[in-house]
Amino acid sequence: MTCAPKLDNRLSIEKSDPGRRGLWCKNLLRAKANVPAALKRKSALRLPELSEFDVVRHYTRLSQLNFSVDTHFYPLGSCTMKYNPRFNEEAAALEGFAALHPLAHDTCAQGTLELIHDLSARLVELCGLDAITLQPAAGAHSEFTGLLLAKAYFEAKGETRTEIVVPDSAHGTNPATASMMGFTTVNLASKPDGRLDVEELKKHIGPKTAVLMLTMPNTLGIFESNIEAIAKAVHEAGALFYMDGANLNALIGMVKPGDFGVDLMHLNFHKTFSTPHGGGGPGAGAIVCSKALAPFLPVPLVKKEGGKYISDFGDGRSIGKVKAFFGNTGVLVRAYAYMLAHSAAEFGDIARCAIINANYVRSLLMDIYPSYSKEYCMHECVLTPGPDMTSKGLRTLDVAKGLLDRGFHAPTIYFPTIVHEAIMIEPTETESKATLDEFVAAMRDVHDSGIADPQALKDAPHTMPVKRLDEVQAARQPNLHW
Amino acid sequence: MYIPHTKTDKEEMLKTIGVSSFEDLVKQVPSKFLWPKLNLPAESLDEAQSAVRMSELASKNCRPLSFLGAGAYERYTPAAVKAITSRTEFLTAYTPYQPEASQGTLQAIYEFQSTVSALYAMDCANASMYDGASSFAEAVRATVRVTGKKKIVYAAGVNPQYMDTLKTYFAHSPEYTYVKVPMKDGVMDQTALPGLLEGAACLAVQTPNFLGLIEGMDGVADLVKKAGALLVASADPVSLGILAAPGEYGADFAVGEGQSLGLPLAYGGPYLGLFSCKKEHVRQMPGRITGMTKDKDGQRGFVLTLQAREQHIRRDKAASNICSNEALCALAATVYSALYGPEGLKELAEANAGAAAYAAERLGAIKGCSLKFKGPFFNEFVLSVPGKAAAMRQGALGRGVDIGLPLAPLYPELGETLLVCATETKTEADILKLEAAIKEAL
Repeated sequence: MTCAPKLDNRLSIEKSDPGRRGLWCKNLLRAKANVPAALKRKSALRLPELSEFDVVRHYTRLSQLNFSVDTHFYPLGSCTMKYNPRFNEEAAALEGFAALHPLAHDTCAQGTLELIHDLSARLVELCGLDAITLQPAAGAHSEFTGLLLAKAYFEAKGETRTEIVVPDSAHGTNPATASMMGFTTVNLASKPDGRLDVEELKKHIGPKTAVLMLTMPNTLGIFESNIEAIAKAVHEAGALFYMDGANLNALIGMVKPGDFGVDLMHLNFHKTFSTPHGGGGPGAGAIVCSKALAPFLPVPLVKKEGGKYISDFGDGRSIGKVKAFFGNTGVLVRAYAYMLAHSAAEFGDIARCAIINANYVRSLLMDIYPSYSKEYCMHECVLTPGPDMTSKGLRTLDVAKGLLDRGFHAPTIYFPTIVHEAIMIEPTETESKATLDEFVAAMRDVHDSGIADPQALKDAPHTMPVKRLDEVQAARQPNLHW
Repeated sequence: MYIPHTKTDKEEMLKTIGVSSFEDLVKQVPSKFLWPKLNLPAESLDEAQSAVRMSELASKNCRPLSFLGAGAYERYTPAAVKAITSRTEFLTAYTPYQPEASQGTLQAIYEFQSTVSALYAMDCANASMYDGASSFAEAVRATVRVTGKKKIVYAAGVNPQYMDTLKTYFAHSPEYTYVKVPMKDGVMDQTALPGLLEGAACLAVQTPNFLGLIEGMDGVADLVKKAGALLVASADPVSLGILAAPGEYGADFAVGEGQSLGLPLAYGGPYLGLFSCKKEHVRQMPGRITGMTKDKDGQRGFVLTLQAREQHIRRDKAASNICSNEALCALAATVYSALYGPEGLKELAEANAGAAAYAAERLGAIKGCSLKFKGPFFNEFVLSVPGKAAAMRQGALGRGVDIGLPLAPLYPELGETLLVCATETKTEADILKLEAAIKEAL
C-alpha cells in the first residue's frame, strides 16, 4: 500500500517562524560593508523564515503534486514531451560549463565555444541551410529574431514590406510576434483538409509581403504536400519563407527544410532536442537561415581561426542583440549531448518512430474519437469527441479531466482553434507500444464510462489533489502573491 | 538513442495502422525530399564515450579566480536548491495547462511571484521572463503602451547590453527616441532630469548601476510623475537585502536579473528575468501569471490567470509574444530565497558590499591605480589603471586571476579602467591574490 502525502497546500510563508534559518553567510568581510544609511532598505523583507529541512520538505511535497514526463505519459500536442536523458543534465552540470562567466575571455571559454561551433554546424546540416544563431531563449524569442532578420534583409535591399502571412492553424506566437515587430498579420483560412490553400496564398501575397510563416508539419499534424508550389509563390513575390520548427520532431533526419525552399526557420531545443521543459522553461531557440540572411544574424557568433575559437562580432550589418550575453548556453550543452548520441541514420529513426506512434494511437481511437483529418498524420493527430459524447453534453475538457483520473496527462486541448473541440495528441518517439496501449485503453474507458455516467465525467477529476478550479474568480479578483 | 521500439513493435504497429511499410505513412511528403544525405557522423557515441567528450570540452574552459560581474554574479548554489530543481516532477513537467495535475509548479510560481514582489516591494510580479535584459525591454514597452509616448529617457548607468536589447525590441519603430541622462561622478545627473523628461514615456534607471554605483533615488519618482512619465527601475535582487527597494522609492515597474539568486553563470544562461509592477499595471504584464483561487469544494488551489493578455488567446493583440519562460530557474530562485530568508539575504548583501569595499581599499592603494568614482557602491567598482586594461587582464589570466572587465570598449570616456566585482564567494585571501595579480600585471 502506498501512502501518498496528505495535501498540504499551505504556502511556505505560512510555515514560517521568526528567527528560524536555513542558510547562513558567514563571510568575515561582511564587517567591511559601509553602505550609507540613506541608501538602505527601510521596509521589512517579507520572505519565509524556515529551516533547510522545512524548505526541502515543502518543495519536495509540492513536486509530488505534479504530473511530469518521468512520472506520467504526457501527450501534449505540439510540445514534444519526449524523454529528457539524464546524461544531458550531468553534462550541463560539469563545473567547467556551469561556472563559466558570460564575459569570460575567449581564451578561457574554448570548450564552450567549440561546443557551440560544433553544435551549430550539425544543426545547419540537419536543416539543409547555411548559418545559425543560438542566441534566442525560446521558440517565440526565435520567431522574433527571425522577423528582425527579415526586416533587416529587406531594409538592406531598400524594400518596405509590412505584412506577415500566417495560416489560421498557426501557433498564437506567430501573429503575436508579427505585431510585436510592427507587422500586419494577414490570416489565411486553411482548406478543409487542413492544408494551406495555394490559390488563397497567391491572392494574399505580393509586394507588401515580407514573410510567410508556416508550421511544418502544421498543427493538425499534416505535411503541406504542395510545399514546392508554396515556396515558389512566396519567392516569386520576393518574400521569405519562414518555417516554424516547433514540430520538427516529425521531420528530423527525414527531410531537410532547406531542400524545399525554406529561407529561415527556428528550432526549439526543449522539443526536438530533448532538453527538459522545466514546468515552463528554460528552453532555448535558434534561427537557422540561408546565406542571404546570414550577415544580419545577432552577434556574437563563434568562428574558428587558426585552431582557436573566437567570438565574431560581424561586419556591422547584424541586427544586434536579442538577449544579454550569449544565449541559454546551459540548455545548448544538453542539446549537444543529445546530438552526440545520434548518428545521421539515428536522427531519421526519431521522425520515423514519432510518426508511427501518432498513427498507432490515431488508428486505435478514431472509431470513437473522430479524426479531423482523413489522412495518416505525421507526429501528432487531432481528434474530437464524437456525437455520442457531445449529445450527452460531454466536451473535450471533460475528456482531459477524465484522463487525469486514469493517470495520464491530458493532450493539448482546444488547439488548433480551427478544429471544434480539438484533442491534439503527440506521443513522441520515446513512448513504448505498451504505454500507448494503456493510453488507448484509458481514452476508451473515458468514452465508455462518460456515456454511461456523463455527470461523473463532468465532475472529473476525482483523484487529483484539487478538483476543478474557479478560473473566473482567479481572473476577477487576482490574488497574485502572499 | 532513446527509442524503445523493437523491430517487432514497429511491424506490429504498422500492421495495426493498416499499412505495409512506413513509407505509406509519409506519402504526403514529396518523395524527392525524403531521406537526404546527411553530412553527420556515421556513428553515434555511447554514453561513456559522450561523457569523455563532454568532460574534455568542459576542461578546455579555464577556471581563473574571477572578479567579473557586469550583470552576472558568481554565487554559491546551495545543495538544497540543486536537489529541488533536479526533482524530475518539476524538471520534466511543462507549462501548467492542466492545473489539477500541476499544483506543485503552480504553487511554486505563486511563491516565486510573492518572493519577487517582496524583494522589490512591488504589488505584483509575473512568472518570469528570459533574463534581466528582456524584462527591462518589456517594462519599457509597457510604459510606451500605458503613456502612448515614444520618448525613452534612460540613465547612462543602465547596463549597455540591456539598452542594446531594448533597441532591438524597438527596431521596427524608428519613431522611438532614446535620450540619455548624462553621468556625473558615475551616477545620473539628476539636475538634468526635469528638462529631459518632458514628453517621455519613462525614465529607466538601474541601481546599483552598471558601474556598481548606487543611484540616490530620493525624489526621482516625483520628477518622473510630474512629467507624466513612469519610472522603470532595474535592480540586482541580492542588493535588495540591504539597499532601498524600487517600491520604496516609487517605481512603477521594477525588473532585474534573477541569475543573482543562486543560478549558475553557465556562459550567459539560462537566466531569469524578474518583472514586477504596481497593481494598476497588472494587465500590462507580459507572460504567464499564476493566481490563487478555490476548487469547487472550496479548497485552495492555483491556476494560470489573466490569460486574456497572452498570445495563445489574443494572437496579434497580445501584450507580448512570450510563451515558455524560465520556470525552473524561477523555482531555483524561490528555493534560494526561502533558504536564506530575510536575515540571510541581508547577510549575503552585506558580504557582497564588504568584499567589494575591501577590494576597493586594497586596489585603490596600489601605486598608479585609483578608484574612478568616490560615491557609494555595492559589489563592484571602477578601478583606473596606469596601463592598458585589456593587456593587464590577459597577463593576469596567465597567472590564474581574471582581474575584471576592461571598460574602454563600452565607456571610452572613462579611460583605461576595469570593472572589478567581488561577491560573497570571495575571501580576504582571494582579494590579496587579486591585488598581487594586478601589481604583477602593471
